[in-house]
Amino acid sequence: MSTLEIKDLHVSVTTEDGPKEILKGVTLTIEDGETHAIMGPNGSGKSTLAYSVAGHPKYTVTGGSVTLDGEDVLAMSVDERARAGLFLAMQYPVEVPGVSVANFLRTAKTAIDGEAPKLRTWVKDVNTALGSLNLDPTFSQRSVNEGFSGGEKKRHEIAQLELLNPKVAVLDETDSGLDIDALKIVADGVNRFRAQEGKGVLLITHYTRILRYIEPDRVHVFVDGRVAESGGPELAEELEANGYEKYVGAAV
Amino acid sequence: MTAVADALEMDRIESHLNPPASYDLADHPVPTGREEIWRFTPLRRLRGILDGEASDARLTWTTTLPEGVTLTEISAEEAREIGELAPNDRPSALAAAQAGGAVLLDVPAEAEVAEPIVLRLHGESIDDLVWGRLLVRVGRHAQATVAIVHTGSARYSALTTVLVGDGAVANVLSLQDWDDDAVHLGRDAIRVGRDATVKHTSVSFGGDVVRMHANVEYAGPGGDAELLGLYFADEGQHLEHRLFADHNAPKTKSHVLYKGALQGEGAHTVWIGNVLIRKVAEGIETYEENRNLVLSDGCQADSVPNLEIETGEIEGAGHASATARFDDEQLFYLRSRGVSEKEAHRLVVHGFFNDLIRKVGIPSVEEQLLQTVEAELAKNLLKDASA
Repeated sequence: MSTLEIKDLHVSVTTEDGPKEILKGVTLTIEDGETHAIMGPNGSGKSTLAYSVAGHPKYTVTGGSVTLDGEDVLAMSVDERARAGLFLAMQYPVEVPGVSVANFLRTAKTAIDGEAPKLRTWVKDVNTALGSLNLDPTFSQRSVNEGFSGGEKKRHEIAQLELLNPKVAVLDETDSGLDIDALKIVADGVNRFRAQEGKGVLLITHYTRILRYIEPDRVHVFVDGRVAESGGPELAEELEANGYEKYVGAAV
Repeated sequence: MTAVADALEMDRIESHLNPPASYDLADHPVPTGREEIWRFTPLRRLRGILDGEASDARLTWTTTLPEGVTLTEISAEEAREIGELAPNDRPSALAAAQAGGAVLLDVPAEAEVAEPIVLRLHGESIDDLVWGRLLVRVGRHAQATVAIVHTGSARYSALTTVLVGDGAVANVLSLQDWDDDAVHLGRDAIRVGRDATVKHTSVSFGGDVVRMHANVEYAGPGGDAELLGLYFADEGQHLEHRLFADHNAPKTKSHVLYKGALQGEGAHTVWIGNVLIRKVAEGIETYEENRNLVLSDGCQADSVPNLEIETGEIEGAGHASATARFDDEQLFYLRSRGVSEKEAHRLVVHGFFNDLIRKVGIPSVEEQLLQTVEAELAKNLLKDASA
């Protein structure tokens, strides 16, 4: 079971002119096994939602709640959230010089599981995950995200998704900057994850293109820090045809 | 006439930042602490080394000498005849005056010594005042790796010269793994032969005050020097590394990379990176970099790169210095994968040093360095747990 419930979430950031509210009451429930797409124009607060759920210190929650299977996510530290079953695939993954992908993956897996993975099966799992994302086995000897191409960074994020196997994955613009071949490889990875029982996905994107490969159960239009409209996959098609003008106009 | 003399550099142009080398103690008066080369050093904690008392105390030497390599005692006169590089500060001048002779580690010309030559120098007590004087000579076209490991405790001042013959490849490492109370003032100077390659690594973990010079100059064109350093200062420790690359020959190279971490109240590190590009040194290339990671409050990292350029006809010259705390975005990334804050700190520091340790080029030492870094971090973690 995995249900991510976001209720009336308000989030601010500190600016030179004092606190600025970015999320203005977001309500959203990802039921067991569902994939939701959040679409919206730049600056609408989509990424803020992703980072707030993951617990980035830059964002201050001023109201509302986030629960995972009834547990209070907002009361947890960043790493506790991950160990509780949340995963954030980042739009801009961070370089960690001198730390090999192999060492990083093993440390993360050990932290998530509470015990070190069995070496023999683990090596096989890592090679399989890297291979299925079209990443060379020598990739695991490179420093985390250092000198990676944009596509390699995104594929590395999805390799982590597969290996860490959380309950709910938040994918923050994982599709941006990918060519069509890389997009398919990434989508296949996400679909392998989704094919398992009860896995939730919150797919944040600017473009409808990725939704041809990862079909969502629900689509939400995100404008000015809140959900402006929700619907089924057909809402994505409407956005494809008409863009965000009608929502952006309404917000102003 | 003056212009011609200048251009020919008949009078040696001295660096503005580095006092001229000399055996004469009168050239190295007792410092007040205001001198450019002493302003960062806590003179009171040197335990009287600068007074220069005679002492015949010695460190205990345990050595691994591969075949063909010799270690012999020579006289002070012989040391100078061989080409010892003169002292450039008071402690090294005192070491030359008081050591009573020198030790010569000799790698004959064209010898290819695969196995590292290891000199383990151990001090029994901080009460011992020890003067050291060492020459390492790597003959022309020879290849050798020398690791000098300092442990235990002493008040130790040493003058070390590394003479790298034409076309030779030398790798020299000095590890300061002292007990907490040791005081070590060391001057390593390297003369790089024509087309020779040298790597010098200075690693400082232990000791109350450690102040190391790593100087390099060239006997001819084409020499290539890589100067590496790693230090980890705990509470109250003063670890100082002073570099001087003297580009006195054309088409020579120097690359400097020093990385340090600091943790605990009063941990102090100093890195001085001086580079002089003389008029004659056309076509040279130099780059120096110092990075410091500050792990707790109450630490101080001084980092001063200096570049003196007397010719513009060079391939490249640059430097970089950065002192920072943990990067929030890095920590967030690691923690978002379930890794605890402490473990994330450990990983970042491990990575910070790992990049450098991989360049050392002595596998047995690389392994030991990684373990020592882990042990230093564990100290900090334990302290957090008990606080």
